[in-house]
Amino acid sequence: MATSTAPAPAARKGPPTILLKTVVAASGVFFVLFVLVHMYGNLQILISPEAFDEYAHHLRTFGEPMLPEKSFLWVARILLLVSVAAHVWASMSLWRRAGQARSTRYAGKKKTSYGRFYAKAMRWGGLALLAFVVFHILHFTTQTITVAGEYPSPAERVISSFGVWWAVLIYTVAMIFLGMHLLHGIWGAAMTLGLNTSLQRAEQIRFVSIALSTIIVVGFLIPPFAIFSGIIE
Amino acid sequence: MRIALKIWRQDGPADDGRMVDYQLPDVSEDSSFLEMLDLLNEQLIDKGEEPVAFDSDCREGICGMCGVVINGEAHGPERTTTCQLHMRSFNDGDEIVIEPWRADPFPVIKDLCVDRSSFDRIIQAGGFISANTGSAPDAHATAVPKEDADRAFMAAECIGCGACVAACPNASAMLFMGSKVTHLGELPQGQPEREARVLQMTAQHDLEGFGGCTNLGECSRACPKGIPLNVISQLNGDYRRAGYGGRD
Repeated sequence: MATSTAPAPAARKGPPTILLKTVVAASGVFFVLFVLVHMYGNLQILISPEAFDEYAHHLRTFGEPMLPEKSFLWVARILLLVSVAAHVWASMSLWRRAGQARSTRYAGKKKTSYGRFYAKAMRWGGLALLAFVVFHILHFTTQTITVAGEYPSPAERVISSFGVWWAVLIYTVAMIFLGMHLLHGIWGAAMTLGLNTSLQRAEQIRFVSIALSTIIVVGFLIPPFAIFSGIIE
Repeated sequence: MRIALKIWRQDGPADDGRMVDYQLPDVSEDSSFLEMLDLLNEQLIDKGEEPVAFDSDCREGICGMCGVVINGEAHGPERTTTCQLHMRSFNDGDEIVIEPWRADPFPVIKDLCVDRSSFDRIIQAGGFISANTGSAPDAHATAVPKEDADRAFMAAECIGCGACVAACPNASAMLFMGSKVTHLGELPQGQPEREARVLQMTAQHDLEGFGGCTNLGECSRACPKGIPLNVISQLNGDYRRAGYGGRD
């Protein structure tokens, strides 16, 4: 074997790369489950504004009298906050590692780029989604941002907001970003959790990622468009 | 055929390097890509210039020694090694940009030659099985299911050329590692060291400074042996079963 004259690499600090990837994957799976439940809640508005308000109220009184009021809600919020922090921190660490692994870029440009556009948008698309989540919380949770006046009922807030075209536009764009993120995210999580063990399994994972992403995007966009087009008043 | 070349020239590991233009007015389309570079080097030597340094050995696509990035693609436009690429894959008058593998764990030694001993160190960390020397055991002494043998052999096709690292946007070596982990992990002989192997190889991979896989699949598409992306999933699964390096 030839003796290398190249300097030995500096020891890298921090958690193993695959552990960081697993943190991203596991928190991602939790987000997928959360958005499915969130979507189920949103769709209550199709039944009636009262059903929607009832659902929102139940989230606050869930588990009573065994649990104090809002305790379930706050446990969920804290779990989500910790998961977001872990997801972003681990992704940013991996992003930095990738940059350090190739400090010199290629001069030649590939004629055909194989990577799918949505897969390449994971990092900046993820940051865009984070910005949207902040906006969304300021809009509907803290009500710091008011779109079309202030209302005590959650259903009225939703119905008044989605009568405004730019609110519909912001949420539509955000859901397209979410769909792109999920398309590659679900595939990537399955890869990282070791589920892709054969070519047939890869097909199944692709199918699940496309199906889940489509269901979530469509499910979330039904209420805003139903309101904007006047089906729900 | 007339070919315009843009080649990365770098005098040594410490040199900054630069792209240099060359013209080859008469290249046979039946020549291999490396023969085209040989032709260029003969002309450079005739002119008293330093020839372009590049790696090659068997020139029949099995040793894993050759490999350059051609127009942004590891091993060029065909799914094969650089030595098995022929000039008929290009058109008359084409400009061809030739660069070394770009990854910090693969430092450039000179021109298009990179130091891939980081791969050797990953193998030394765990990419092997321990076996008693002496007379070889009978081939049928340990039965292996056909599917396992097929999958192990598929992964064993990896020649360690490094195209996966070169093609990966994160300069990750996980297709290479996944190949070794799958090749040995699918066979009974690989079981005693299976957990230690994946932990030690992954630790060395990180230590060398390779990036993490983002599941895009560029590596698998660049792989001259067509090793599928799912060996990385097997690597991840084995790493999980080995306890993420948390237990000794």
